[in-house]
Formats: sequence, C-alpha cells, structure tokens
Amino acid sequence: MKNNDIILEVENLKKYFPIKKGLLKKVVGNVKAVDGVSFSVKRGETIGIVGESGCGKSTTGACLLKLTTPTAGSVKYYKADGEVIDILTADDATLNELRRDIQMIFQDPSSSLNPRMSVRDIVAEPLRVQKIGTKAERTERVRQLLRRVGLSDYQMNRYPHEFSGGQKQRIGIARALALNPKIIVCDEPVSALDVSVQAQVLNLLSDLQKELGLTYLFIAHNLGVVEHISDRVIVMYLGKIVEIAKSDDLYQKPLHPYTEALLGSIPEGDPRSKKKRVRLEGSVPDPSNPPKGCNLAPRCPYAYDICRNEEPPLRKMDEDSEHYVACHFAKELRLYGYDDLIKKMEDDDKVDDNKKDEDNK
Amino acid sequence: MVQVKIKEGMNKESSNGVEYSFWRDKLSSLAKHKMATIAAVIILALYLMVILAGFLAPYHPNQAFKNHFFHPPTKIHIKDANGLTWPYVYATKATGWAKYQEDKSKKYPIKLLYQDSEYRFLKLIPTTIHLVGVDEPAHLFLMGTDNYGRDIFTRILFGGRVSMFLGFAGILITSIFGLLIGGVAGYYGGWIDSLLMRIVEVILSIPSFYLLLALAAVLPIKLSSAFRFFLIILILSFIGWAGMARVIRGMVMSIKDQDYVVAAKSLGASDLRIIWKHILPTATTYVIVRATLAIPGYILMESGLSFIGLGIQQPDASWGNMLSSAQSITKITSFPWLLIPGLMIFIAILSFNLLGDGVRDALDPKNE
Repeated sequence: MKNNDIILEVENLKKYFPIKKGLLKKVVGNVKAVDGVSFSVKRGETIGIVGESGCGKSTTGACLLKLTTPTAGSVKYYKADGEVIDILTADDATLNELRRDIQMIFQDPSSSLNPRMSVRDIVAEPLRVQKIGTKAERTERVRQLLRRVGLSDYQMNRYPHEFSGGQKQRIGIARALALNPKIIVCDEPVSALDVSVQAQVLNLLSDLQKELGLTYLFIAHNLGVVEHISDRVIVMYLGKIVEIAKSDDLYQKPLHPYTEALLGSIPEGDPRSKKKRVRLEGSVPDPSNPPKGCNLAPRCPYAYDICRNEEPPLRKMDEDSEHYVACHFAKELRLYGYDDLIKKMEDDDKVDDNKKDEDNK
Repeated sequence: MVQVKIKEGMNKESSNGVEYSFWRDKLSSLAKHKMATIAAVIILALYLMVILAGFLAPYHPNQAFKNHFFHPPTKIHIKDANGLTWPYVYATKATGWAKYQEDKSKKYPIKLLYQDSEYRFLKLIPTTIHLVGVDEPAHLFLMGTDNYGRDIFTRILFGGRVSMFLGFAGILITSIFGLLIGGVAGYYGGWIDSLLMRIVEVILSIPSFYLLLALAAVLPIKLSSAFRFFLIILILSFIGWAGMARVIRGMVMSIKDQDYVVAAKSLGASDLRIIWKHILPTATTYVIVRATLAIPGYILMESGLSFIGLGIQQPDASWGNMLSSAQSITKITSFPWLLIPGLMIFIAILSFNLLGDGVRDALDPKNE
C-alpha cells in the first residue's frame, strides 16, 4: 500500500468517560467507550464501522471530527498536497480549516436540522460559518446542492418539519457537501429511515462518491446496510476493533466469533425462513469494568482458558490479505460466512423436514 | 446495488400560497384562543390608555379640588325635559363632610378637546388639549375623587404607567439576566455552572418580600419617584432572574446535545454563533411564556410595596398607593370608588395571565 493512498490514519485512539461520584466529584472509574482503536482509511474508499449499541463506533466518529476530545491517541489527516495534520493536536485555526475537508451526516435527520431555520439557512450555514461567498453566491450554491441531492430548489424557503424523513436526510447530505469535503463521516445515516427510503439515500451516497471522489466512514449497526456500500469493514465490540477485512472477506470468511454472530443476526427477507442464528449468550459486559482477557470471552461459544486470561492483539492474518483479527484462535476456528449460514439453514430445514416425514410415518 | 427508481413525493407549494413562518404560524394559533385574544386586546388598550394618559385624563394628576374631597363619580346626564340631549353635568356643592348635592340651576355640557392644564403629549409635544372637560364650577370626576379631592380617573391613568411599565421593564431585565447567566451555565457546564448555580441558590433562598421591604425601607424618602421606580425594578429583577436562569440552564443543557448543535460545531461555528442561532431561539418560546406569566407578579409586588408606603411615594400615583387610601372599612363602605385602582390591578393581572396561558398553548409543539 502506497503512503499517499492513505487519507486518514487513526492510532491507538482512546476515549474514556470518567465516572464521578460524591460531593467532590471524585473519579471512581472510567467508561472505556473507545479503547485503543487503530486503523487507516484509504483515499476514495468507503470504510464501514459496525457493532452493536454502545460499542464505541459513534464515539470514534465524533473523535475524528474532534466533536469530543479523545483521551489519548492520534488522528492524522493526509492532505492531497502531502501535508499531514494531527487533528487532535491542531490549533483552532487549523482545525477550522480542516472542518471544510471532513464533514458529518447524522443519524436522526429530524434532530440534526434546526427546526427554526429554513432549508436555505441550514444548507448555507457551513458557507456562512466559513465565510465563503456573498449572499447571492451562497443562495446559488444552495440551489445547486439541493438539486444535486434530489430536492427542488423552490423548496429552499421551507422549514424542516415540512419534509419527510428521507427528504430531511437529503438536506443533511446537502449541508455536508456544501464545503466540498474530502471525507464524510456518516453516523448511521439511514438507520432512522424507512426501509424503502434507505435504498434511495444509499444510492445517492454512492452516486455522490463516484462523482466527487469522496471518502466515507460509514458507521452502522446493521451489517446488511454496510455490506452494500463498504469496501472494507471494521467490526467493533466494547470499544475495541475485533476484525478489519474487505467487505467480501468479512461476509464469506469471518475470522472472529463476534463477526459470525453479527452475520447470523442479519434479518431475512423471507418470512418463512427458519435461519438458525448463532446466538451469543448473556449481554455486553459493563464497559467501565471489562473482562480480564478477551472482551468476548464470557459470551463466546469457542472460548478457552487463554481467552479468559489474555487479551488477544489485533493481528494481520497474512501478508497480503489486509485481514486483521483479534482472536487467539483465528487460524484454528472454522466459522460460518453469510452464505454458509444460509446453506446451513437450508440443510437444517431439510433435516427438519426429513424428521417430520419420519414422524408422520 | 440495485437502483431504486421511486422518487419521493415532492411537496407541492403549500395550498394557500403563503410562505411558512414560525412566528406567523404561532400567532394564528394564538388568535384561535378566544380568551387570550380578548386579554391581548385589553392589555393593548391598557397600554394605550396609560401612554395617552395626559390626553385622556381631564385634569392634572396632582390637581387637588379641596372642596370636593371624596366626591362620588360625577353623574352624567343624557336626558333633559326635551328628551335625549348632548351629555351634560351639574355643578355640585358640599352640604356637609364629604356630602355633595347637584345644583340643577345650570347645565354644563361636556366639551370635547377641552383646553385645560398643560402637559406634554407623549412626553414630547407641550399641549393643553384634553379629550373631554367641563367648564368651572362643574367638574368631571368620572371615578370620583380621593381624600385630597384629586380625580381618581386621572390618577388611575397616570398611576397605570408605573404599574404597567414596571412589570414590563422588570421582566425585560430579568429575562436578559436569566438568559445570559442560565445560558452560560448550561452551555459551558463544569465549574462555571457549579459556581453560577450556587449563586442562584443563595438568591433563591432569600425570602424575597422581606428583602424588598428591607431595601425599600433603607432608600431615602427624598428620592425622586422616577429614581425610586428604577430602583424597585432593579430590586424585583435582582430577585427574579435566579429562577429564570435555573430553568434556562436546564433547557440549554438539553438543547446543546441536540444533533443540530453538534452539526453546527462540526461546521466550525463559534460558540457565540451556536448560542445565538441555535440555542437561544429554542429557549425564547419559554422566555415569552414565562414573561407574560411573570408580569402580573411584578405588578402585584409593586402594588404591595406601594400599598404599605414603600413603593411610589405621594403625590405621584400608582395603583398600589392609590389603593392604600382605601384601607379602612368605613372608607370602603362610604366611598367604594376608592377601590377602582384595585379593580384595575385585577383586570391587568387577569388579562396577563389569560394571555400567558394562550401563548403557552400556542407555542406548545404538542398542541398542534
């Protein structure tokens, strides 16, 4: 991998939220929302981050824009001209400039648009904040952006509550595009939308990527959504990365038991489907008091003693595969990919049917 | 990925063709609230009355008719032997202590745009024209006179200036301080928040009426009424801002975590811009409701202070100190018109409360 391919490099990112107790607000512990996350993003790719609620994926996204100040680590942004900026140590002026290059699309379109501002003001706000253009120029740009995301420019003077969820998200996308960013952090951009609208918004996002050469950091809790749009996928569990792989590899050859469980939880379109889910027992451990060894050990069906005592490092599987996994038994385990799961399910159905036939006899 | 071809239903231009505006929308839903509309009209009328007091009042507020103390409201006659006629009054003569009889020998017609004592119209243009008046020796006491023989109607108009504007100015200062301090505490949090909220708690724990009494009592008697008025506003606002700041702080804390504020931050917007454009507009609806509901409190406070003689001092009029001449039961039974200032306080407060209710309903997003 050539170095100028990389646009964003995250190293050992940590975000701890202190738990304060008592009158003097003594710190009695930390919620480790993000605990030592490292990955890099290539120019023009879409990298998905998945994991269940509370695994730290949104916090990671917020740290990249310095919306919340990380406890430790570094986020390096490689400008097209070769300049490298560490987002976390940059001064205010640099950071402000950087905000033109990195933008965000939010999860809930109805709360991410100020109900008191017209669409024109909302979409023009980035330009006003960054002091770009005259009023007329900004209005023209707003028209352009609205048309680009599939809205009509005559809707410019309307207020957010007059739009549907999908339209509101389009407005949010128009706002994110206003400054011609290089990277867009999409924080669950479709999870609040109707399924039929999800596809439209995802299509729009991938069209925009092709057209404008954007890099996406796509956060989602649903592997199904991420599969379509991502080149690579990062799987997070309890503040840590458990697996990074190319989208196809992850779906067909998962190497971490948690990824397998996630794949097993993708809902089926067929209502008669009797897909056997790989179930994880118990619930996510308390992030302020994570287990000693592997975070997944208490719930993992394959766990041995070493899993409960030693934390597995995130390691590369082989030299050229770009497949990283944090599991002691990554090489030994034979896990089911998505297609395998479907096949297994069909086989199980057959077994069930055979049993029924026998019972009937 | 399969391209989905369905287009989202585009909104057509709204049917009435009128562009949506948040405040216009709220105003029209307030207009549907009948009681609030009536209250708003009354309040407007009251403000108009006190602003135009010099013109509407037949006399100067301090003009004492020594031979006509405790005079009952002058009877206005619209009928004579020939049937209906232009309204006229009779002159009255004292027949005993605070007893008056009409002298029916001569009619004094009520004259419009009557020339009497000089005043400044809207505090600017000196003029002597009053809306109505009658020639001497007849008098036009629409609501009777007080113990010095001063026209109560005139004094109600002038006294209303104090009551109506004190509430307004008080809530204005309270709102500014409440927004500023509550906003800073809520937005920045941490030790700033702790410090400001402890100050708020200290102020909230002071028994406010006693503080008012103490402060009003130490003010020198010689102070001009205007200055005293100003001080009362300051004292009332000093007590009032704390409660407001506390609520604003809570609102700001919840608004600042909204995604649209985070979005503005991610665009690089300054704190000032975020507070001004995103947080305060959401808090204004609360402030407006709170203000309309709090004005009556200020009016009452001032009346209370003036009633016990610590507010606006004689000879200047305020509704509170006018009421204080109606303290004994014999006076109330013999001269019931002395209670009219109380009625005015009642009307003003009731109207503000009804309007506040209506505004609250109109601004409540759940009420649509």
